Amino acid sequence: MGAYFLVPVAAALEFALRGPNGTHSLAAFRDIAAQPELVPMLTVSLRIALGTLLITVALMVPTVVWVHLRLPRLRPLVEALSLLPLVVPVVVLVVGVLTAFADAPNLIKGTPAILALEYVALAMPFSYRALDAGVSAVRLPTLVEAARSLGANWPTVLLRVVVPNIRTAIVGSALLTTALVLGEFTMASLMLFDTFPTWMVRVGQQQAGVAVGLSVLVLLTSWALLLALSIAAGRPRGATSLFRRSS
Amino acid sequence: MTAVTARAVRQQQAGTPVELLGLRRRYGAVNALDGLDLTLVPGELLALLGPSGCGKTTALRILAGLEQPDAGRVLVAGQDVVGLPAHRREMGMVFQQYSLFPNMTARDNVAFGPRVRKQPASERRRRADELLELVGLGSHGDRYPHQLSGGQQQRVALARALAVSPRVLLLDEPLSALDAQVRAQLREEIRRLQRELGITTLFVTHDQEEALSLADRVGVMRAGRLEQLGPPEQVYHAPATPFVAEFVGAMNRIPGRVVGDGHVEVLGQRLEYAVDRLRSPGAPVEVLIRPEAVLPVPADAAATVVSRSFLGPVTRISVSSPQGGLVLADVSSVEAAALAPGTAVAVQLRRHPVLVRDPR
Ligand SMILES: Nc1ncnc2c1ncn2[C@@H]1O[C@H](COP(=O)(O)OP(=O)(O)OP(=O)(O)O)[C@@H](O)[C@H]1O
Ligand SMILES: [Mg+2]
Repeated sequence: MGAYFLVPVAAALEFALRGPNGTHSLAAFRDIAAQPELVPMLTVSLRIALGTLLITVALMVPTVVWVHLRLPRLRPLVEALSLLPLVVPVVVLVVGVLTAFADAPNLIKGTPAILALEYVALAMPFSYRALDAGVSAVRLPTLVEAARSLGANWPTVLLRVVVPNIRTAIVGSALLTTALVLGEFTMASLMLFDTFPTWMVRVGQQQAGVAVGLSVLVLLTSWALLLALSIAAGRPRGATSLFRRSS
Repeated sequence: MTAVTARAVRQQQAGTPVELLGLRRRYGAVNALDGLDLTLVPGELLALLGPSGCGKTTALRILAGLEQPDAGRVLVAGQDVVGLPAHRREMGMVFQQYSLFPNMTARDNVAFGPRVRKQPASERRRRADELLELVGLGSHGDRYPHQLSGGQQQRVALARALAVSPRVLLLDEPLSALDAQVRAQLREEIRRLQRELGITTLFVTHDQEEALSLADRVGVMRAGRLEQLGPPEQVYHAPATPFVAEFVGAMNRIPGRVVGDGHVEVLGQRLEYAVDRLRSPGAPVEVLIRPEAVLPVPADAAATVVSRSFLGPVTRISVSSPQGGLVLADVSSVEAAALAPGTAVAVQLRRHPVLVRDPR
């Protein structure tokens, strides 16, 4: 099983390190740092990622919580709906978003900001599942009712009881979303925007080693993030100094 | 733990009267509440008792504001609170499931209500510690829920509910997830606290022993309505209906027949019965008799002891009699020594009015 993931990564790494005449060197990684467009492109993508995950969290957390509290019987249906972006071809999503936002101000339509909106939809299968699993793991209805009977209004319930108890799931869905944005090519290129992934593909056409090296770096970074996440999540409650806030 | 602390915790609540009037609630085809009327006297502990699914939790949740009635009124201190959201009803609630906030220490859990009410940090901390002391967990304030036993968690939940000085305390089977010993102990403690604080309390349970031992009054529910409401002794000794008689305590159902002027004949003896409606002499009935009203005495008679199980101070004997079938009898364990299985006995019945019902 492990080999299935490790072999391609190792091969990519080996390719990135490969120099002329069968030698190996870190030249490709030195070239990465030398790319003038690296930082601007990465900034664009990270900003899109930030926008995407903010919208995702603001939209999905109340939705998932609401479904769990008020429409528990509709959970399978909502889950199926959340999977739609996986089966709808990207082109259709693009056209859909373009149509929906045809009258939107240019500030949204003409900038990569619109990509964030599309990525929210694209990331939904992952973000929804991560949040759904997190909410299922705590007895949310009881906790919410306890908080309500103690005098908390809905905003307080959400901020003081719901969010702290599904923090790990929120971080998880945020990470998945970020990883998706940092690797999404089709949509960005269809929309004619320059992002980190499209730039990487362009670079790859001239300097294959640099592009592959970059993607290995991105991959390892997201793995490190996911690992950190699962370690934090695995620790018992009350022992996580990483996330705990005293009140 | 002391009365002094309790007095300090008690603020102004001199006990609030509560009235539920004609409550109705349907879930699809199920009539969870079918015109429930219930009045709680200020400061009393009323246990709502009934079989699973009879609507106890629904009634309690409507009082808490967590559920809306289809019809009916809820009066707290004379004011209609239907339409008032849960967070403004000032009721303390303890749930059957563990419901502490897992991300907070015991102290922060107890201080949650005061915190939501924007009390100063030092004051709510003092109050939380006081209440934890009151439920016997003074030294556990820094523990997280997962570091507490089930019984301790329910104590913290009780302290948390009391921290908001509720007008009414609502307990929905708070002990049912605990083992027998902890349950008995915590039961006593709830009773003591409730008395000291004088809070009107609704205690929902399907455990009749719990209801009888804890409550000032017991309300027996059946299919969304109140079947009988009264002190534990009355519900037990003078059940208003055969349903109450059979639900509260163990009950024998022995075939007999009406012999006129309010008497039945059962196991060859004449007993007075509580007349619920006119029955003609000779009509076959089932007579409801408590095991402790049955007295098997060794004799050269047709009934025999079938089995004997030791319950502590009393021993339950089951006797097979030719007219009555299998009859249960609770006798003091000392007397039971003479009643080994196989012993021939005569079954005597204590002279006490009985309930009858039509045979099935
Ligand atoms: N949210 C709901 N949706 C559908 N039906 C419900 C709901 N809540 C309760 N019911 C139904 O209403 C009836 C009364 O339920 P309720 O929970 O009040 O019973 P209960 O007396 O508390 O029982 P138990 O002792 O099992 O807790 C049951 O038949 C139950 O199935
Ligand atoms: Mg219930």
